[in-house]
Amino acid sequence: MHDTVSAAEDVLTIAGRSMRSRLLLGTGGFPSLEVMAEAIAASGSELVTVALRRVGVGGDLKHRGSLVDVLADAGVQLLPNTAGCHTARDAVITARLAREAFATDWVKLEVIGDEDTLLPDAPELLRAAEELLDDGFVVLPYTTDDPVLARRLADLGCAAVMPLGSPIGSGMGIRNPYNIALIREAVDVPVVLDAGIGTASDAALAMELGCDAVMAASAISRAQDPVAMARAMRAAVHAGHLARGAGRIPRRLYATASTPDEGLADFGDGAPGLS
Amino acid sequence: MILLNGERSDVRAGESVAAVLVRLGLAVDARGVAVAVDGEVVPRASWESFTVGEDARVEVLTAMQGG
Repeated sequence: MHDTVSAAEDVLTIAGRSMRSRLLLGTGGFPSLEVMAEAIAASGSELVTVALRRVGVGGDLKHRGSLVDVLADAGVQLLPNTAGCHTARDAVITARLAREAFATDWVKLEVIGDEDTLLPDAPELLRAAEELLDDGFVVLPYTTDDPVLARRLADLGCAAVMPLGSPIGSGMGIRNPYNIALIREAVDVPVVLDAGIGTASDAALAMELGCDAVMAASAISRAQDPVAMARAMRAAVHAGHLARGAGRIPRRLYATASTPDEGLADFGDGAPGLS
Repeated sequence: MILLNGERSDVRAGESVAAVLVRLGLAVDARGVAVAVDGEVVPRASWESFTVGEDARVEVLTAMQGG
């Protein structure tokens, strides 16, 4: 599944679209559009999320209008999300509006079930995914780290699954690496670790566990230096992916000498001792 | 009373979606904008012809940084 291949062939393919970058970027939380654009370039990301909100909310129109322009200039593909939706119905309508606004049938499907943890609502998520798939969408669902739910979503026809490492924006990393590894085994579609990434080592771990890509938003946008963190995440995703392909050594309780014992010198008992 | 983005508005029944966009200072060919009336998407191609009814709930959405 993860053969070592040349860089030219080693692409992430979701729903027939091939990308050289295995880092998806969220656009929320950046201090300015300028920093966001710089961070996108530094991250190498080709797929970035964007939200839909009422006109007249959250900054002046001119500023928000230019978001679409900045992202177009960056040459990235947009991945609209349904962030903030709490029911399948709201998520489906939001996805349809996003398709209209951004001329893409891709959607990062989020259906939130709890205000404090922002954890997904599994039954509503399945319902929304089914409806959107019937409507021709390319659905990338944000899901819990439950291998059974991930398999259900993949079986419905979702183009990828996006399990969380820990709650959105928590920076708590991957709380259940075993489940992420199980999800990798459970589905044939790409696995994109979404939510919870705090720093570069979290992204590397996700890739080492077998994820095909990592999505980072707050970890980059709210870092003290977002552009430098974008660069770090890019390197970490690459390193983790290479390490996964290379095949790590097994963990052992006791030491295994890396230097052979054969040919070890024997200095005899008569040799002078230490003073 | 027609609700525009959740607020009472002076949009009148019979106005086109395009006219509502102009009220909001948007161009009728605005990029990254989508409109729903009573929970149904109004496709871009219908913005000129689609008119809002009495007590309609109009939502005009656009891109925002997120996710």
